[in-house]
Amino acid sequence: MIKKPLLEIRSLTTHFLTEDGVVRAVEDVSFDIFPGEIVSLVGESGCGKSVTGLSILKLIPSPPGQIVNGEVFFEGRNLLALEEREMERVRGNEISMIFQEPMTSLNPVFTIGNQIMEAIELHQKIDKKEARQRAIEMLDRVRIPSPEVRIDSYPHQLSGGMRQRAMIAMALSCQPRLLIADEPTTALDVTIQAQVLRLLKEIQREMGMAVILITHDLGVVAEIADRVAVMYAGRIVESGPIESIFGQMRHPYTRGLLESIPQLEEKKKRLNAIPGQVPNPTDLPAGCKFHPRCSLRIDECQKGEPPLFQVQGNHYSRCLRWKECC
Amino acid sequence: MILLIFLVAGSASFIAPHDPGKTNVSFKLKSPSFQHLLGTDQLGRDVFSRMLHGSRISLSVGFVAVAISIFIGILVGAMAGYYGRWVDSILMRFVDIMLCFPTFFLILTVVALLGPSIFNIMLVIGITSWMGTSRFVRAEFLSLRERDFVQAAKALGMGDRRIIFRHILPNGLAPVFVTATLDVATAILVEAGLSFLGFGVQPPAPSWGNILTEGRTYIFDAWWLTLFPGFAILITVLSFNLLGEGLRDALDPRLRGRR
Amino acid sequence: MARYLVRRLLYTLITLVGISIISWVIITQAPGSPIAITLDPKVSPKIVEQMEKNYDLDKPIYQQYFLWLKRLFTGNLYSFKDGRPVLDKIGERIWNTLLLNFVSILIIFSLAIPLGIFSARKQYTFFDNLGTFGAYLGISIPSFWLAYLLILGTVKLFGYPVLGMRSFVTEEFSSLEIVMDRLWHLMLPSIILAIGGIAALSRYTRSSMLEVIRQDYVRTAKAKGLPEETVYYKHALRNALLPIVTLFGFLIPGLIGGSIIMETVFSWPGIGRLAYQAVLARDYPVVMTINTISAVLVLIGNFTADMLYAIVDPRIRYQ
Repeated sequence: MIKKPLLEIRSLTTHFLTEDGVVRAVEDVSFDIFPGEIVSLVGESGCGKSVTGLSILKLIPSPPGQIVNGEVFFEGRNLLALEEREMERVRGNEISMIFQEPMTSLNPVFTIGNQIMEAIELHQKIDKKEARQRAIEMLDRVRIPSPEVRIDSYPHQLSGGMRQRAMIAMALSCQPRLLIADEPTTALDVTIQAQVLRLLKEIQREMGMAVILITHDLGVVAEIADRVAVMYAGRIVESGPIESIFGQMRHPYTRGLLESIPQLEEKKKRLNAIPGQVPNPTDLPAGCKFHPRCSLRIDECQKGEPPLFQVQGNHYSRCLRWKECC
Repeated sequence: MILLIFLVAGSASFIAPHDPGKTNVSFKLKSPSFQHLLGTDQLGRDVFSRMLHGSRISLSVGFVAVAISIFIGILVGAMAGYYGRWVDSILMRFVDIMLCFPTFFLILTVVALLGPSIFNIMLVIGITSWMGTSRFVRAEFLSLRERDFVQAAKALGMGDRRIIFRHILPNGLAPVFVTATLDVATAILVEAGLSFLGFGVQPPAPSWGNILTEGRTYIFDAWWLTLFPGFAILITVLSFNLLGEGLRDALDPRLRGRR
Repeated sequence: MARYLVRRLLYTLITLVGISIISWVIITQAPGSPIAITLDPKVSPKIVEQMEKNYDLDKPIYQQYFLWLKRLFTGNLYSFKDGRPVLDKIGERIWNTLLLNFVSILIIFSLAIPLGIFSARKQYTFFDNLGTFGAYLGISIPSFWLAYLLILGTVKLFGYPVLGMRSFVTEEFSSLEIVMDRLWHLMLPSIILAIGGIAALSRYTRSSMLEVIRQDYVRTAKAKGLPEETVYYKHALRNALLPIVTLFGFLIPGLIGGSIIMETVFSWPGIGRLAYQAVLARDYPVVMTINTISAVLVLIGNFTADMLYAIVDPRIRYQ
């Protein structure tokens, strides 16, 4: 049986027009998301993964940002062609998003209940009392203790982990088909991180929604993702099912990312950081964007952007030497 | 624009077509003509020449007053920010108290007490307008004193005064320039206000404020006496405000690159 | 909240004491006063006597201060000029000034905030640039000059007097006409008094708004699917207005300074004009009392602003 993708991203290209020049934050990114799966976008900060997430919901601050090319089909509709009014009905209702900083992502002057109910009342035609009931249910579902009390708390009265749970409750309150989670655990303590991730995975399974998980942490990816897309300098450099990627990675950047994770069981003397710096986004190198930092580079790497090579099935790599790699 | 104003003020004696103090009663209250570009006042003095000379006085009041206020402001702010603790609390409380006084009224009172000489005016405007600067300087110092280069200087056993003036101050001066520029604008306005109430620079010495004030008696007969000096004040103050704002944008890295 | 309140109250009290000390120092210890006046042959012996009574110049310094304080608050400070109690003289005029300032504050807030919001929404458009330029004009223009131009303009246009609090012939007027007449006389001075504040506050609102719409929670609100208007006027505005509440306190010193000039220009019988007349007559008890009262008014303004801030900001309210 061939499943139809929930979300199809085709040649998405987002630029920022700044004084220093054009920042090509996302360049020709394409991938699909099927119902009920967790796809992870991985990369260092500034690689364009967050901008990709924001572009899907058309939340790029404009100016200076601009989606210059591409299509994003959600259940067959091209979101990028929708009117703002129609887009508002998609946001928070069919596609939700949660953000990295639970400290600053909730409005400090409204109670969390108020902020959750706002989304419910907006998208579902129910009255205040029912909305409040739904909000309490949602808070309970994200394991916030005594939700009927907590609903009247202001964000500053909650801990970071609790706030992120409240954010999740808000995002999921209208039972979206797709959740975009932008570094949902990065700002949290390590122990809380694991709890929140587990919670996300659980709810995702219960509700059967798809998740785009944006993260720089391959450990998080390994724990919950079904598929991975590795981004570098605004491009997808490698993508594929998680077993395939972790089993036999086919891009030197992915290997670099993996080797830079500290691992307890390995008795390595030092971490292998990727040499060099993330390139200046207004002044990207020619050819393969990773070649200046790459140990496998050959002269051809500078000549032109390598295409995505099919490794096997839906595992792709944007490396000329993918066969030799890794 | 500011350059032009300075140029005019600096060369007032050369370009003024008439002696600003020379009276000629038979030529009093003449409207603008080629002979008297901006007309004459009630004593037949040439308004254009008086305004050129007045620019000097108005500008010097602005600058000297601000120099005084910057000096006090830096001193207080530096001490509060560098020493912190009780020195900071006491000084900042003092700043709060000073901020409660309606500055203009305080200036008026003190100038009235001391007598309205140009020097007193500069002094009083200076000593009643340093609070903003001291707050800025304090904030800069609070953040700078924890930096490595200050800690290093301390470790080397340098004296406090040397650290404050040689190491921290130069790094914290940028916002002071911005406030100074804006304060010049305010000081010129304050002098004009004082002149209006009869406590500014005293006639016959011309300042824009007192030309304007003398003119208002004749507002229905000789509009030029009121219009031009007021306009000169407006343009000058506006220029300084715009310059200050421009400096702020240029110096604030957060604003840079967003426009 | 209670702790915050107590702390603010304590600060306010300390500041109050500081204000009184500084006022007293200026009046009694500044060079040129009051000793210089005693040396002035034009000053009548009656005034010298009054002055000695007012300041107890024969007593030790700290006693002088406390006696002055006591006199100030028990209404035993007398004017040099006519020997009347200072508090009486001020009492009969202060309401006029408060009325003028109150109307000005009303004008400032009701105009500046919408202007600032609109400028922020239309950032870098023609309207915004016009607003910026207008704001610079507003803070740069000498108020008395503008006042004269406007008086000249209105009198020429409408042929109706604008000076004073009311026209001379009010007996013949109906009550409606009296109200209109009062409003007419109130209009020009309060508008001109408000101009600086409008300029400053509208710019402040604008930058506060621009700051807030870059915040993460505004993005969250958009991600929820809220229409732009709701995001703007509910989520962003509430936060942008928080710091503006505190500005309320900072507006007052400028308004009082401005009152002196405006009341003088418009012959408005308030304490600003009284202060000016007192300064001219070297009537220091009156001058200093008004100075002190204004500082106290500012302090009350600041305290009110702090309280308002605590009420509107839940982060302070629940602490």
